[in-house]
Amino acid sequence: MLKFLFTVIRRDVLLAARRRGDWLTAQFFFVMVVSLFPLGIGPEPAMLRAIGSGVVWVAALLACLLSLSRLFADDFRDGSLEQMLITPYPIALLALGKAIAHWIINGIPLLLIAPVLGIQFNLPAAALWMLVLSLAIGTPILSLLGSIGAALTLGLRGGGVLITLLILPLYVPALIFGAGAVDGALSGTGSEAHLSLLGAFLMLALLLSPWVSALALKISVE
Amino acid sequence: MNLYYYASPATFYHLAGRLIPWFAALAFVLTGVGLYIAFFVAPTDFQQGEGYRIIFIHVPAAWMSMFIYVVMAFWSAIGLAWNTRLSFIMARALAPTGAMFTFVALWTGAFWGKPMWGAWWVWDARLTSELILLFLYVGFMALTAAIDDTRRSDRAGALLNLVGVINVPIIYFSVKWWNTLHQGSSVSLTRAPSMAHIMLWGMLILALAAWMYAIASALYRARTLILARERQTEWVRNLVGQSA
Repeated sequence: MLKFLFTVIRRDVLLAARRRGDWLTAQFFFVMVVSLFPLGIGPEPAMLRAIGSGVVWVAALLACLLSLSRLFADDFRDGSLEQMLITPYPIALLALGKAIAHWIINGIPLLLIAPVLGIQFNLPAAALWMLVLSLAIGTPILSLLGSIGAALTLGLRGGGVLITLLILPLYVPALIFGAGAVDGALSGTGSEAHLSLLGAFLMLALLLSPWVSALALKISVE
Repeated sequence: MNLYYYASPATFYHLAGRLIPWFAALAFVLTGVGLYIAFFVAPTDFQQGEGYRIIFIHVPAAWMSMFIYVVMAFWSAIGLAWNTRLSFIMARALAPTGAMFTFVALWTGAFWGKPMWGAWWVWDARLTSELILLFLYVGFMALTAAIDDTRRSDRAGALLNLVGVINVPIIYFSVKWWNTLHQGSSVSLTRAPSMAHIMLWGMLILALAAWMYAIASALYRARTLILARERQTEWVRNLVGQSA
């Protein structure tokens, strides 16, 4: 069982490592979206500090969605997804492995870039740490919930836009608690409550979303 | 005769056809009575003046917006569990009505908020979660419309519907869980209502009218969906042949 999970993760990470162009697109999208905000709003430091956490978080959601539409699509197109579905292992495990691989490929780079972008927004050190911490708890949620949307929209025309409509409403709690934790660190009101709720949301997503994605995969491929 | 008799689209089509006039007439009459009470009988509120009268539309619409989503989730669950075609049709037929009520609740809320709070919109927990409910309705309709294969589109929509239903208790309890600008409920089953009786009656009658309208419009839409989906069958050919 675990070996199957590791094989799924290893395969996706290897594939991403060999196709760096695809993988880097979402990261650069993240950097660009965040950098556009100071240009549009104006370089006032106090204002940038106030909106910084929210902007980075929203950009992280969008960057995540950009890469999610391909989570199952490439394997579906060349037929390997169907082969994986008829293995004797639970499909939920496949969905979980895919989501974890997506987080390793797309989530971890976001964590590493986020503090640099936070500095652009004039965030103090404590808030920068909190930004990385909240993203570290929050981005797995994005990958897990996103796998549901990716499975539901598998092979549809306009699937990329559709997945945004389906999944963004589900991301709202993660956005509120994640950006709220950074704001708590900024204003000195504390971040524990937000982080705890974010953690609880992660546990819930970890528990339920692989099953839902597995069901969605079955519906989409049958 | 058993209850499952009407689970077949062919029999349900005729049942719905017989029921729609009744529900439509009830909706019409109740709306008339309710609006009469709302505008001519109910007294002016001593705090909010005439502006409060918007709750006669707002509260029933908000109730229905949440309730319809739960009913859709119920049909989706039944459909996924027992593979009944009619359940999926009902879930799909309800969605546009639910989205309409959500939109009406948000819109009338904005009209009420401007004179009372001084703002068309505030980012308060209840308003935000109601807005997300609208997005969930839109997502459901977009997903089911994007998939051509009926079976897949039904089941995918049902799954999304069941995931989204988590939002409904969040809307309902948002005024209790967070300190929001939106006031708490004025109507409760367990204690005396905190408003004049005639106002309550007006609101309940209009809520019932909204209910009847939702049933009538959903049945109407379900009939159309049944015809479209069963177009290869004998009975639809006969039916269409008769009327043409």
